[in-house]
Amino acid sequence: MIVVSNVSHRIGRAPILTDISLTLEKGGVTALIGPNGAGKSTLLSLIARLTPLQAGTITVDGLAVATTPGRTLARRLAVLPQDSAIDARLTVTELVGFGRFPHGAGRLTDADRAIVAASLQRFDLGDLAGRFIDTLSGGQRQRALVAMAHAQATDYLLLDEPLNNLDMQHARALMRTLRELADTERRTVLVVLHDINHAMAHADRVVALKDGRIAADGPPAAVAVPDVLERIFGYAMRVVDVDGDPVVLHHR
Amino acid sequence: MTSAALVSPRLYGVFAASVLALFAASLVVGAGSGTAALLLPSRLPRSLAALLAGAGLAIAGLVMQTIARNRFVEPSTVGATQSAGLGILAAAVFMPEAPIVLKMAAATLTALAGTALFLGLARRLPPTQPLLLPLFGIVYSSVVGAALTFLAWQADLLQFVEIWMNGEFSGVVRGRYELLFAAALMVALAWWAADRLTVAALGPAVATGLGLDLAATRRLGVVIVAVVSALTVVVVGALPFVGLVVPAMVSRLVGDNLRASLPLVALGGAGLVLAADIAGRLVRYPYEIPVGTILGVVGALVFLWLLWRGQHG
Ligand SMILES: Nc1ncnc2c1ncn2[C@@H]1O[C@H](COP(=O)(O)OP(=O)(O)OP(=O)(O)O)[C@@H](O)[C@H]1O
Ligand SMILES: [Mg+2]
Repeated sequence: MIVVSNVSHRIGRAPILTDISLTLEKGGVTALIGPNGAGKSTLLSLIARLTPLQAGTITVDGLAVATTPGRTLARRLAVLPQDSAIDARLTVTELVGFGRFPHGAGRLTDADRAIVAASLQRFDLGDLAGRFIDTLSGGQRQRALVAMAHAQATDYLLLDEPLNNLDMQHARALMRTLRELADTERRTVLVVLHDINHAMAHADRVVALKDGRIAADGPPAAVAVPDVLERIFGYAMRVVDVDGDPVVLHHR
Repeated sequence: MTSAALVSPRLYGVFAASVLALFAASLVVGAGSGTAALLLPSRLPRSLAALLAGAGLAIAGLVMQTIARNRFVEPSTVGATQSAGLGILAAAVFMPEAPIVLKMAAATLTALAGTALFLGLARRLPPTQPLLLPLFGIVYSSVVGAALTFLAWQADLLQFVEIWMNGEFSGVVRGRYELLFAAALMVALAWWAADRLTVAALGPAVATGLGLDLAATRRLGVVIVAVVSALTVVVVGALPFVGLVVPAMVSRLVGDNLRASLPLVALGGAGLVLAADIAGRLVRYPYEIPVGTILGVVGALVFLWLLWRGQHG
């Protein structure tokens, strides 16, 4: 369980997050949505202790992120930052292999190698395994980074806009993989999404941030409501029913 | 962490064999009367010094580039070499009779401080401009170097500074070069920390997410850079470009996973410095050109070529 209590964050004097409290039960996919600058990445970085906490507390399985040793946390929680500009020349296999870093003390064991191979397979990277990441396309690199987070094999997976650069096929495959991880392995996934229909189709719960506050929180059906969406995003959009699922016509 | 299986073992073999051949050549090549057996007592320390200093400096460059996340820095462009000079100068002034090990310790301390200060100041630079860091480094090194020259002039020790800042192996003798074995220790330390250093190169967000203690890893890196810089300055004098050129070439060959590249960088550095020293003995035979001069010319050319290749290839 991830518990965020009364977290506020400022950069300089500008309030970025204001008094956020949020509990993520174990298991399931939670989508974090909201306009640009709402504070989604900031919240994710605070939970993943990439940014030091200023006010409030955050615990992961009861461990306070502010005081728990980095390695202990890295065995429970993996994070894909929004822009992980990696300019080191590593092969895809090497990069994904570093997902095992928190677990080992040096060389990869056979078990580690099996996990790495499974992650490569799962994100359709088999053909790219030997390529240097600086030779990949944006979407291929993104998949390699997600695979590295996956190879960390943690109970909690935090992904900041993992669909960036992905084509439709791979975006759908990634969302289904996240769903599968939650359903079959009881993993807890918190994923920042801009494509609201992916959020509606694959998440159990949708949390919307706006101006550093929680603007909506509930199952997809409760958020996929024209009034709620207009409050979050600032313009009116139609929501239609397709075979019982809400589809947001946000692009018209 | 990850296997080095991608790098063919033959590549390691080729590198190791080349270094061995150069080492053997270094034992026999050059001016001097008498048989090889007579020359051996002076040539052996000289060749070992070139081998150790080369490997150490190449690794120091690699480590510096890894913790600074920038391919264009090395000990002499981050102020480490010049700061080490300040330490020996202080030792020469305040404890002229002290044993070499103490002078070495003084040089290490100032090199540590100088490198740490560089990294602290560099943190304020915008990360989006990768060439700003080496530029700042060159200015910073020049300022420290100028301070060194001024203080040495005041103390009337200017000719020593010239010796420290331009590497040469002809003066290498028993009783002094043995210090360089500590460079091998630093190479071993870097090998021990290879995975952590590679993770640090992935950037603060990814490294923290993987549970790396980034600050501790940086400190370890600074220690390696400072000790190697101090060692080389004290024993043979500064050797430019080794730390820049060798890691850059190896990165092109096998990438940046230190577990795979580090042995090649160490061997490459040893080979380059041995070759430069041999060349220095032959170019104006029977006179010698200091190895630092040869490395300055060759290193600058290779580096320009690498820069150009990076843009066009
Ligand atoms: N270094 C900084 N200095 C000043 N303001 C910052 C800084 N970093 C972030 N901010 C501000 O904090 C706010 C929240 O940023 P954050 O990255 O969390 O937004 P986000 O919801 O992830 O947006 P996006 O959808 O664009 O990724 C933004 O208004 C942003 O301008
Ligand atoms: Mg963001």
